[in-house]
Amino acid sequence: MITLKLDGREVRAKKGQTILEVATENGIRIPTLCYLEGLSPKGTCRVCMVEIANRNGKLVPACVTPVEEGLEVITRSERLTRLRRTIVEMLFLERNHICAFCVSNGHCELQDLAVELGMDHVTFPYRYPGLAMDLSHDDFGLDHNRCVVCGRCVRACSEVEGAFTWGFTGRGIDTAVATDLGIPWGLSETCTSCGKCVQACPTGALFERGMATAAQVKSPEIIREVTERRPRVF
Amino acid sequence: MKAFAERKILLSNVGLIDPERIDDYLERGGYGGLRAALERTPADVVEELKESGLRGRGGAGFPTGIKWEFVLKSRGKTRYVVCNADEGEPGTFKDRVLMEGDPHRLIEGMAICGYAVGARRGFIYVRGEYALSIRRLERAISQARERGFLGRGILGSDFSFDIEVRAGAGAYVCGEETALLESMEGKRGWPRIRPPFPADHGFRGRPTVVNNVETLANVPEIVRRGAAWYRTLGTADSPGTKLYPLSGALTRTGLVEAEMGIPLRTLIFDLGGGPPEGRELKGVLVGGAAGAFLAPDELDIPMDFGSLRRIGAILGSGAVLAFDDTACVVDLLGSVLSFFAHESCGQCTPCRVGTAVLVDLLARVRSGNGDASVLDAMRRVTEVMEVASLCPLGQSVGLPVGTALEKFRGEFESHLKRGPCPRCEAATEVHA
Ligand SMILES: Cc1cc2nc3c(=O)[nH]c(=O)nc-3n(C[C@H](O)[C@H](O)[C@H](O)COP(=O)(O)O)c2cc1C
Ligand code: SF4
Ligand code: SF4
Ligand code: SF4
Ligand code: FES
Repeated sequence: MITLKLDGREVRAKKGQTILEVATENGIRIPTLCYLEGLSPKGTCRVCMVEIANRNGKLVPACVTPVEEGLEVITRSERLTRLRRTIVEMLFLERNHICAFCVSNGHCELQDLAVELGMDHVTFPYRYPGLAMDLSHDDFGLDHNRCVVCGRCVRACSEVEGAFTWGFTGRGIDTAVATDLGIPWGLSETCTSCGKCVQACPTGALFERGMATAAQVKSPEIIREVTERRPRVF
Repeated sequence: MKAFAERKILLSNVGLIDPERIDDYLERGGYGGLRAALERTPADVVEELKESGLRGRGGAGFPTGIKWEFVLKSRGKTRYVVCNADEGEPGTFKDRVLMEGDPHRLIEGMAICGYAVGARRGFIYVRGEYALSIRRLERAISQARERGFLGRGILGSDFSFDIEVRAGAGAYVCGEETALLESMEGKRGWPRIRPPFPADHGFRGRPTVVNNVETLANVPEIVRRGAAWYRTLGTADSPGTKLYPLSGALTRTGLVEAEMGIPLRTLIFDLGGGPPEGRELKGVLVGGAAGAFLAPDELDIPMDFGSLRRIGAILGSGAVLAFDDTACVVDLLGSVLSFFAHESCGQCTPCRVGTAVLVDLLARVRSGNGDASVLDAMRRVTEVMEVASLCPLGQSVGLPVGTALEKFRGEFESHLKRGPCPRCEAATEVHA
């Protein structure tokens, strides 16, 4: 067992657990976005940054940082809220989030984060990229304008469904998700149409076709439910 | 005070030998370091490296002996040596000169490293555009094999080691050691979360030494002549000599080798010949694009790891880019920011979006569209990037931005007030 402090409170944890897991067990909420229970954590969105008080205030991503004996973790502070808010601002300005016209309006993790962090406006120039949609699949659609490049679809598809349909293309601000090395989703030979990517997606980027504005409710917890019933292999 | 001049140790063969003839290297004492190493225990060789105080020349200055010791003491039999020859830092062309001019020195350094840490295989990850380096390395490797310096049972010992060359595909971030390893494994060049570090979880998950070309090129002489000799060079904090690539507004640009701690002023005015006639030095970008802008009143700084660190700058690759009174700092910073936006891997939010926002904000400064709040917004972006980016690429963008805004603030303000200067106007046309 390991003993550490979360926001001044002493808690016990098992070796190998992450700060996020231990915080959740102890009823402390840390905002996350690219993390999804059941998928391997990647630590890329940086929304879950927490402060290590006894390491000169160093910031680490809670979802991938293992606990250590004696760590003093701060999960909420003015500094952290400001930082997380700026990161969420970046996600809003990166693409086109017009919530009033989005299938996920009211059921969106990005929107929820903005509310939670008090991000009521964006203080940097919007980028307004002209991005396409992919409506070639019979059952599902992809709207790059709403994507936050969290990779949850990519991991759900490879780690849970085993289809490896989704991947990334481009780099820097042009990084985007793609199916089968960049062919339209509807032409993909690997996609099994299981819909796990859609359920795993935190925003309105992936949706079931035919959904009206605000009608798309997702069940990302199916990823955990599926993986819990399975023997762990890695 | 020490008088500084050129001091050639790493470059002692460059230009004098035919890099495609192993005999030229042998005639000048080549592979003597490897011979000496094989007569000692691996732990002894690691100890010598630790005592020499050699620090990594890839930018971060991590003590090489300590890195080797981690790998030597790691569990598991399969270990690797990877030479980082991706050299993508703007204004940096030192590793290329070594690989093109004296490839056997690197190969010898790698073989010694392999012996010291217990590795049987080594890889050189070379920047893809360096076709001549790749050709000369491959030729040198096959000559070294023929003469028994690589391969099975090297020089009659029971130590076996071989080297393979891998070519990069044109991404600056693949010079970051964990992105490099991902790329070598055939994946996207996305940096890994550290820890674990390559010394315990490297190539294919095995303990791996990743060292820069210049770092490894120091090794043969250290082993041949000893740590005490090595420590007579440079400073206590940064022993040895350093390769300094000089570029920009200088009379003599090119690569020079001098002892660590040489004042920047000596590099610029004595070795570099100062700015071209009739021009005045306006500033220097030290350490590459991820480095710091220095003002003319900072030229007495000794060019070693510790001294630059103390003034909030970095030695980085050792690159020195001088600019004169005809240059515009807003325009220079614009090039730096476009570079980072182009090279960001796109994995993490602060850097993927931050680098793009910085380019947008700088365009506003250039065109005089905004007020001082644009500069504040730039600082707010880099502050988040510094503390929250996943890898040092994003974390380091704050250094050029912060130092440019601090030391040349007037120039940014005058753009905001009066609109683009002629240089920025020309640049906007080119970039548009
Ligand atoms: C964006 C980025 C690019 C880098 N490029 C290089 C490079 O081209 N060559 C290099 O040796 N190190 C480069 N590094 C540093 C490496 O990550 C690593 O620290 C180095 O190879 C270790 O070798 P050393 O200890 O011999 O310096 C880079 C780091 C970053 C963050
Ligand atoms: S994805 Fe979420 S934040 Fe974006 S437009 Fe839709 S509801 Fe709004
Ligand atoms: S499509 Fe959805 S799940 Fe996939 S990267 Fe974009 S936001 Fe994340
Ligand atoms: S800091 Fe930049 S280069 Fe590094 S992982 Fe993040 S996006 Fe990629
Ligand atoms: S949730 Fe931890 S980095 Fe995204």
